[in-house]
Parts: sequence; structure tokens; C-alpha cells
Amino acid sequence: MTLKEFWHRLGSPKWFYQMSGRWQSILAALAVLLIVAGMIWGLAFAPPDYQQGNSFRIIYVHVPAAILAQSVYLALGAAGVLLLVWRMKMAQLVLENLVGFGAWMTALALFTGAVWGKPTWGTWWVFDGRTTSTLLLLFLYFGLYALRRAIPAREAAGRACALLAVVGVINIPVIKYSVEWWTTLHQGATFKLTEAPAMPASMWAPLLVNVLGAYCLFAANVVAKLRTAILRQERGAAWVREWALRESTR
Amino acid sequence: MMFDDWQAFIAMGGHGLYVWMAYSAAVALLIANLSGLRAERRRIRRQLHDQLRSRAEEGSDASQAP
Repeated sequence: MTLKEFWHRLGSPKWFYQMSGRWQSILAALAVLLIVAGMIWGLAFAPPDYQQGNSFRIIYVHVPAAILAQSVYLALGAAGVLLLVWRMKMAQLVLENLVGFGAWMTALALFTGAVWGKPTWGTWWVFDGRTTSTLLLLFLYFGLYALRRAIPAREAAGRACALLAVVGVINIPVIKYSVEWWTTLHQGATFKLTEAPAMPASMWAPLLVNVLGAYCLFAANVVAKLRTAILRQERGAAWVREWALRESTR
Repeated sequence: MMFDDWQAFIAMGGHGLYVWMAYSAAVALLIANLSGLRAERRRIRRQLHDQLRSRAEEGSDASQAP
């Protein structure tokens, strides 16, 4: 199969549905396995931080949640481009179905950040670059949710949401560089592409496991949401009726 | 294991409240997310079955019509 063929098939809901059943179970199982393992490792076996003590263990849920919060938004922005430029059906489904997941991950990042901030900074919340831009990310998710419901016509709603998603991507580099641009209480990035982590492997290894688990969870959500959305959208199609009949005889 | 006993593990050196709040929120969200996906799939399957059944009944009515 050439790349061009693959691209065209990815745009076909029927092909995607038939291919993705196994992907979803594997991704969800991997997500649970990695996240549980990473959490136990981080809670019980990683060494405490020499300054922060055991509150530092919150990093193992805070960082994966924050990474997902931003990655989900980037995915929505990419889907927005695909929808605006190529009118790709699957892109609209991504745009319609992943807003909730991204919003929840952002909320988790903000919550775990506050809970980490209290013993570390002495306050639940400060309005600095990182926290304010992450709060803005949560409001962008709320905006996408509200915008879709405010416009009854599905295609028009899709285009409006695509535009908001694409414009909102500007906020992602702001979040990323906020800890460098402005004075802040927030610590710098743990993982960088260009240099080794400042913490020892015994500390960052469980974090890496949880970040991988978080990405598996994200992928499992994409596949699962697309599958249910496809069934709903294509319920009149012959192949969906055949599927439902086959499932009912099981 | 970085802790001497269960009590030390729960206490987290005095930071237990914060650590366990963060982790329980994460676990709750993980469980809610995965069970939500499963429930959604069940719901759509049931809807499709009902739809097919009512369509099949309509079809048989139509065939009996003169």
C-alpha cells in the first residue's frame, strides 16, 4: 500500500472501523499497564527529592497530564487544518470527540499542579506565565465545546471549531516557553530533546513510563471515540447494519 | 522500596495529603475515562439493535399489506 493510498483509506470511516478494533484493545491495555506500573514505581521506588521530599512524587501524574493537555490540543489544531483544507471526514470526528478528553487532562494538570504547589511554593495558585497560559488552554477547550453546541448546522460548527482550534495553537508555545520568558515559581522542563534530564535515571525513568502510558491512553481514546462516532454517523450504511447483526448473533 | 513500613508510605514524610490527593484524582479520571468509553460503545450498539429490530418489524408489516 503506498502512502497516498494509506492517506485516502485513513479518510474512509469504513476502512478505519474495520482495522481499528484490535488497536483499541491493545492501546487501552498498554495504557493501564504502563500507568499502573509507573505510578507504583514513582510512589514507592523512586528516591525522594533532596529539597521537596515526597511531594515531588506528584510529578509522575502532573507532567503526563500536562503533556497530554497540550498534545490533545495540538491534535485538535492538526485536525482543524485537515478539515479546513481537505474537508477530511475523520478530522471532523476528531475535532468533535476529543475536546472533553483534552479538557479533563488540562483540569487534572491544573489540579495536581495546585496540590503540588501548596507544599512546595506555599500556595495553591499563582497567576504566572505557566499557570495562566494553562488556564487559558482549559478555557480554549471550553470554547470549542460551547462553539460546537452554539451552531446547529454540523458543517458550519465544524469549520468554526476548526478555526478556533487552529488559532488557539498559538497558546501551546506560550505554555512551553512561559517558564523561560517570565519569572516564575514553576520549575523548568524535565525532558528536553537537546540535553539529558537534570534528575537521575531512578527519578525520570518512572516518569517516562507514565508519559508513554499517557500517550497510549490518548491513542486509545482517539480510536475508541472515532469508532463510536463512525457507527453513529454511518448507521444507515449497509456495512454498519451487517456489523450490528453479526454482533447480535454472538 | 523507599519506605520502611506502610505507615511511612501513607504519610509520605508529611506530604501524604497532597501526594494522595493528586494520585487519587488521576486514578479516578483514568477509571472514569475507560469505563466511559466502554459505556458509550454499549449504548450505540443497543441503539443500533433497536433500530434494526424496529426496521425489521416495519418490513414484515409492509410485506403483509395487500
